[in-house]
Amino acid sequence: MVFSFIAYKKLLDKCVLAVFFTAGFITIFITIGIVYVLLSDALKFFQEVPIERFLTEKEWTPVFATKKFGIWPLVAGTFLIAAIAVLVSVPLGLIIAIYLSEYASVRVKEVAKPIIEFLEAVPTVVYGYFTLLFVTPILQKIVPDLEAFNSLAPGIVLGFMILPYTASMAEDAMKGVPQRIREASYALGATRLRTAISIVLPAAISGVVAGFILGASRAIGETMVVAIAAGMYPNLTLDPREPIQTMTGYIVQVALGDLPYGSIEYLSIFAVGFALFIIAFIFNSIALWLRSRIREVY
Amino acid sequence: MGRKTISSKPDIIFPIIGFLAFLLVVSFMITLIVDIAIDGYEKLIDPSFYTSYPSRFPEKAGILSGWVGTTLVMAGAIFWSLLIGIPAGIYLEEYATKRGIIGKIETIIELNINNLAAVPAIIYGLLALGIFVYRFKLGESILTAGLTLSILMLPVIVVNTREAIRRIPRDIREGAYAVGATKWDTIRDHILPYSLGGILTGLIIAASRAIGETAPLVTIGALTFIAFLPPSPFTSEFPFFSLEKAWEVLMSPFTVLPIQIFNWVSRPQAAFQINAAAAGFVLLVLTVIMNALAYYLRQRVRRKYIW
Repeated sequence: MVFSFIAYKKLLDKCVLAVFFTAGFITIFITIGIVYVLLSDALKFFQEVPIERFLTEKEWTPVFATKKFGIWPLVAGTFLIAAIAVLVSVPLGLIIAIYLSEYASVRVKEVAKPIIEFLEAVPTVVYGYFTLLFVTPILQKIVPDLEAFNSLAPGIVLGFMILPYTASMAEDAMKGVPQRIREASYALGATRLRTAISIVLPAAISGVVAGFILGASRAIGETMVVAIAAGMYPNLTLDPREPIQTMTGYIVQVALGDLPYGSIEYLSIFAVGFALFIIAFIFNSIALWLRSRIREVY
Repeated sequence: MGRKTISSKPDIIFPIIGFLAFLLVVSFMITLIVDIAIDGYEKLIDPSFYTSYPSRFPEKAGILSGWVGTTLVMAGAIFWSLLIGIPAGIYLEEYATKRGIIGKIETIIELNINNLAAVPAIIYGLLALGIFVYRFKLGESILTAGLTLSILMLPVIVVNTREAIRRIPRDIREGAYAVGATKWDTIRDHILPYSLGGILTGLIIAASRAIGETAPLVTIGALTFIAFLPPSPFTSEFPFFSLEKAWEVLMSPFTVLPIQIFNWVSRPQAAFQINAAAAGFVLLVLTVIMNALAYYLRQRVRRKYIW
């Protein structure tokens, strides 16, 4: 009787292990599913549109009568907005990170961190509304010839949105630098700022840069702000005052219409999605690699 | 003495600059909240806004189908993400051996979850469109939407589950094993109860992100104009619950608050913008409450268990 109870317990333990392992294993299927769906539908797309056209044409007009399938206007739009976001976010984030990690009291930090991290929790559609109806009208008073849809306003708002990465993650990395290294610098007569810039920041640089790259990746993949406020006009330009379209914006535009399964428009969003996935994957891999290096320094 | 005052000058100026930079962020957020509250005020104080369906006429339009849809979709998303996320997290912390072929799979699972957290949300929308909608034929339904959002929430839940479990000291497990408990006994009676607070925090954070998510649901074909609610699965006769009706609920077309806002923002008539702002404010308040709750819970858990 006792033995069968133990056998039952052991069997139960094995079953639970199997269930838990399966749950972990399922997460791999999500990635396999992503790659399979994107690849299979993108390949169908490339059967109809040769990949040379995708990479060499300078216009993107798949929904027009004369269809052109050059991805570059969408890539340019995506990177233009991400670049503006990074330009806003990196200096601001770095100042905040140095301030919080080297100067601020515990009490300030306790308030500041949740506030900064909340920036990422705000629904992006709300940011979109705010960008289109508040930020753009104000910028139009300052910047001449700024159109109602442009890449400047969404870029700036995204710059704030990615502060959890550029400020908060950078601060985490700098906080991880051992106190004794700072003490050594102070002992040599360096000021706090001098220590922060020439000792702490270089020591934490891989973590700080990893945060910047994850922030940029987040800006590249962001959808609603650009779909609402950047326009729906694939435009090969570097002028932040003009309407543009990003890769994510295009996917939303096509998805809003009724798309018949297997049509060229339906397949095109998977081709664009695949390109976006690869870009995001490269950025994330660099960031993960940089973060794994943090621990090797000391 | 003179040298010292010169060299410590940056240490007086920089904290001021740093604090101003932080104030800039705070004022950005306050402006956002106040702007949306003012724009939507007219509708926010109108009770019929919360009990009306969307409409062609902005003054009659409301968010009834939006918040009902959000509730149902989120219920599904929470169910699915917990179903996979908690066991996966427990496995990686408690069972993973990191040896042999299984060890290789474990490393892949771990890397994979880190990567999933950084995939753009719209890619999950494409995954759901390709798999759930067209290959599994689940349609543009509440079930599909719940599954889609659960994939988004999964990495956050796994990471938070693992962190909560990792904080439990080894002694607790050894103590349980010493009195003859099996691994599952230990997990059920000790690991799970002690890590529940941390897991709950992760769930709330994940849900607060998912509730405002728009892009993946646009991709799977959420409708913007829904002038009806899904049927109620509860019946007046015994057993008071109809499985058939419940399935109908899962398969019904839906809209959610963020989609409704997106639709209203994209309309040219200015009157719809008021609706968009009001619904945006409702959504914003929901996320603030959820994040505050998560913050409070996290503080409490930290104070409750000091090992």
